[in-house]
Amino acid sequence: MNLTLKIWRQKDAQSQGKIVDYPISGIEEDMSFLEMLDVLNEELITKGEEPVVFDHDCREGICGACSLQINGQPHGPDRLITVCQLHMRSFKDGDTIFIEPFRAKAFPVIKDLMIDRSAFDRIQQAGGYISVNTSGNTVDANAIPIEKEKADDAFAAATCIGCGACVAACKNASAMLFTSAKVSQFALLPQGQVEASNRVLAMVNQMDEEGFGNCTNTGACEIECPKGISLENIARMNREYMKASMKG
Amino acid sequence: MSILDSKIPEGPLADKWTKHKDTINLVNPANKRNIDIIVVGTGLAGGSAAATLAELGYNVKTFCYQDSPRRAHSIAAQGGINAAKNYQGDGDSVYRLFYDTVKGGDYRSREANVHRLAEVSTNIIDQCVAQGVPFAREYGGLLDNRSFGGVLVSRTFYAKGQTGQQLLLGAYSAMNRQIKRGKIKSHTRHEMLDIVKIDGKARGIIARDLVTGEIERHSAHAVVIASGGYGNLFYLSTYAMGSNVTATWKAHRRGAYFANPCYTQIHPTCIPVSGDHQSKLTLMSESLRNDGRIWVPKRKEDAEAIRAGKLKPTQLSEEERDYYLERRYPAFGNLVPRDVASRAAKERCDAGFGVNKTGEAVYLDFASAIQRYGQEKAYTSGVDNPTKEEITKLGAEVVEAKYGNLFQMYEKIVDENPYRTPMMIYPAVHYAMGGLWVDYNLQTTIPGCYAAGEANFSDHGANRLGASALMQGLADGYFVLPYTIGDYLSHDIRTGKIPTDTPEFDQAEKDVKDRIEKLMGGSGEHSVDYYHKKLGKIMWNKCGMSRNEKDLKEAIEEIAALREDFWKNVKVPGTADSMNPELEKAGRVADFLELGELFAKDALNRNESCGGHFREESVEQDGEQKGEALRDDKNFKYVSAWEYKGEPKDAQLHKEDLIFENIELKTRSYK
Amino acid sequence: MGGLIKSSVARKVAMALSGLFLVFFLLQHFTINFTSIFSADVFNELSHFMGTNPLVQFVLQPILIFGVVFHFVMGFILEIKNRNARAVKYARFKGGANSSWVSRNMIYSGLVILAFLGLHFYDFWVPEIVHKYIEFAPEDTSRYYHELLEKFVSPTRTGLYVLSFVFLALHLWHGFASSFQSVGFNNKYSVGATKFAKAFSIVIPLGFIIIALVLHLNHNH
Repeated sequence: MNLTLKIWRQKDAQSQGKIVDYPISGIEEDMSFLEMLDVLNEELITKGEEPVVFDHDCREGICGACSLQINGQPHGPDRLITVCQLHMRSFKDGDTIFIEPFRAKAFPVIKDLMIDRSAFDRIQQAGGYISVNTSGNTVDANAIPIEKEKADDAFAAATCIGCGACVAACKNASAMLFTSAKVSQFALLPQGQVEASNRVLAMVNQMDEEGFGNCTNTGACEIECPKGISLENIARMNREYMKASMKG
Repeated sequence: MSILDSKIPEGPLADKWTKHKDTINLVNPANKRNIDIIVVGTGLAGGSAAATLAELGYNVKTFCYQDSPRRAHSIAAQGGINAAKNYQGDGDSVYRLFYDTVKGGDYRSREANVHRLAEVSTNIIDQCVAQGVPFAREYGGLLDNRSFGGVLVSRTFYAKGQTGQQLLLGAYSAMNRQIKRGKIKSHTRHEMLDIVKIDGKARGIIARDLVTGEIERHSAHAVVIASGGYGNLFYLSTYAMGSNVTATWKAHRRGAYFANPCYTQIHPTCIPVSGDHQSKLTLMSESLRNDGRIWVPKRKEDAEAIRAGKLKPTQLSEEERDYYLERRYPAFGNLVPRDVASRAAKERCDAGFGVNKTGEAVYLDFASAIQRYGQEKAYTSGVDNPTKEEITKLGAEVVEAKYGNLFQMYEKIVDENPYRTPMMIYPAVHYAMGGLWVDYNLQTTIPGCYAAGEANFSDHGANRLGASALMQGLADGYFVLPYTIGDYLSHDIRTGKIPTDTPEFDQAEKDVKDRIEKLMGGSGEHSVDYYHKKLGKIMWNKCGMSRNEKDLKEAIEEIAALREDFWKNVKVPGTADSMNPELEKAGRVADFLELGELFAKDALNRNESCGGHFREESVEQDGEQKGEALRDDKNFKYVSAWEYKGEPKDAQLHKEDLIFENIELKTRSYK
Repeated sequence: MGGLIKSSVARKVAMALSGLFLVFFLLQHFTINFTSIFSADVFNELSHFMGTNPLVQFVLQPILIFGVVFHFVMGFILEIKNRNARAVKYARFKGGANSSWVSRNMIYSGLVILAFLGLHFYDFWVPEIVHKYIEFAPEDTSRYYHELLEKFVSPTRTGLYVLSFVFLALHLWHGFASSFQSVGFNNKYSVGATKFAKAFSIVIPLGFIIIALVLHLNHNH
């Protein structure tokens, strides 16, 4: 199939960027979207131009590196997948495809379609862990039974891949779904209770400092999340936050 | 007597590790504050090692090429992690896990290392649960286990099909805690390009900041390499696009011996290649073989008709199908170990029975599982005289509950519904058992340079069992390396900060810069991928699932020629002083082009069939095992450790004899 | 006001609570107004009570005004913060694929309601204040209904009121149900609660529209 790509090109963080048009032909339906970009890059290299830079790594939908806004939606038009799992059969011959980086003030562009998501790491560092040393002398793993339903919910929250689609989809570039997923994972487990108050306060504080927007419950994040992380997590984080605030 | 000293402690097998821990030197807490450690790679092994070392009080610097430690490719491991907890009461024990791992590795691993791995496996589960890793649980609230290929007990802990992700996020959270404390300095989007030796000891690295292109010097008292495996040598693999051999290869060039490079695992159940544009292969979990039956058409004409699109697999009757694993291995059937299943698939496809348009795919069929589950479900839910449709519907529901996410993934990629038509699968490169040679303390042949996880060679022998990679990565990182490294560092308490303005750092930095300049200065005919794909083809065709002398010799020649052409004609656009993914790839492929040759040389040297390494010259000639792999314990019961001597063809072989005092060497039979 | 509550979650909860308070007020306001279309006397009586009771006048009324002001000022503060959170806009943004128009445009429905509040204050609240506290006019318990009718003579004003109520419905459609999520209420009862909120956000504004139209038509008879 033949396509027209409208791709954001930006030399580096300091430079101004712009959308550049690239016609491309000979794309097969069973190519993944990133393989289509590989074809484009191979052509650009042959022509002596700089290839388009984009983040990608595992190409099987789990590392969370790929982060493209395709025709106005994070990870493109399909649901519950990342860009690397999007295939060209989702497009038609003659389509024009806008390809932009995930946009947020907290996710500055590094080059072209590659962004800096270290804000997510800093949110995690603020409290996204349980303070337990590696000793080999912790209690036996089966010493604390955990209700299956709770364990499953904690797992569901923990499947977040940190890609940033929630931020990209949100009209406010809010990181509430991401932050709440981690808060929820630990809030649902007995191991996480001891530090629960400090954790939610510290993580929300860091989230605010990074310059993410506020949640207005549009629900876009939940729909665009490649792992289907539920909005319930945000409600849970709000509860946890209020509880922690009242504790003082 | 080999110059390789494995430093295996004396004493009975079961006491070695305890005794060793009791007697090695320690560094007191006040002194740890004055000692720096560099950890390259932040997957399960690197992440857990970094966190633990920092908890102990060392100053840790981590390096990863990804934008966050959380994205290391350990995250993609699906199935689970083994541990000898015996929660199921099915007779599991540390010894049994040890035995299964040595046997599964076809008796090419070190007894002492594997036993230690089995011992600490139980601590891993305790540690991870304490960290909040949400393993699957039963309704009673206790941890659930599943069974994996090649073993007779249920000892695999799992978190749906995302166990690697959950364990990695656990290690990442432990790292985050130390980053917040200031004990870990995390350098993301950084690539190690050389190791710096001072007075023969590893004292730092040269790294490139991938965003700015800046070449940086980092010093430390010890360097830990945990940068994973080298399967991307084959271009197409289940590895991440960025997975590379560069860190281990640089250490090798500076004096670390490279062990058993020819031991790579080819996983039988991956989604087949669909065309030349393909960049990556996707694994379908081994667990699918519990319920799926593998087959190809019995008649070649049917296979041809299927390839031409004139016939559908569902049109073939049971009699027209060849369930070749069940036919060849009646005892284990579809659950034979990975190497056996992979070779059997290749054998059928090479014989002309492949079923996709490239002829390189076999069927993994769930139709009978759907019928079986459907009937069970109809019975238990009290449906009398169910119709075929009802049974199929109920059965499909059961299969969906078990494997729904995998089926969905398959459908997204292949655009076929695996509930209705059988899946197509083909083997793909998945794991490297070979790696840097290390002694019992995980130290390489460079003093002060350690290797952990997939980057070292130590625990899996010639074949790795399912759910053991995660176990080894975390065992090394959480429980082994942080202690053994103290023995070495106890001599460094008075060394003080290592300066970086020394001639050794000057030289290493210059070497790195010269090499980058050379890469950028190629005449510019072909892209990096062009060479990588060519290398992959040579490796896959001549050093893949089955190998012979002629092919291996050709491969050595071809790789050397390709390498020469690469350095003359590679085209790297852009500049060296900015973000430049093509330059990153070029450096990695340059290293693969050297490793590839050593790989073939190692495979040529090992004229026996063991585990993932199958030599066509070494097969059973008669009896029940006729045609199966033939191991040669008399001549090859050793680890091949290669010393760098300039060109790969000049590499010098050192042998570490493997001594089995606790296990009797037997032929692996799955008949 | 933004400085008082700094955290984004606290602000979100505050928005929800002030919103819920206003929803409650709306219900009360509607109930009183509704009496106007079938009994002028009842309406007069209730209005007199609300207009003269010191508790209502000096405690509830200031709280209400604070609630209104807080809700829209915080709304503006958050809107500004949210706009700043994405400095470079997308060339193409397909919000409709994953969220409703009303949820993404609360600021606009809110602005229309704010403008309406200006008109509404000008129509009723300002004359009341003038009547009671500036002119110190003698109290007439039967004046309310007539004053009400007077306002709905003009078809333009009636039209503006109806339009505003449509926007009120849009604002409530997202805002009411969404406030449950904000205060952390998301469980098995949420489906029912959301249904109730959605019904409320149609029924109450529709009721206000009917009142306005009935009053307008009544006068013309």
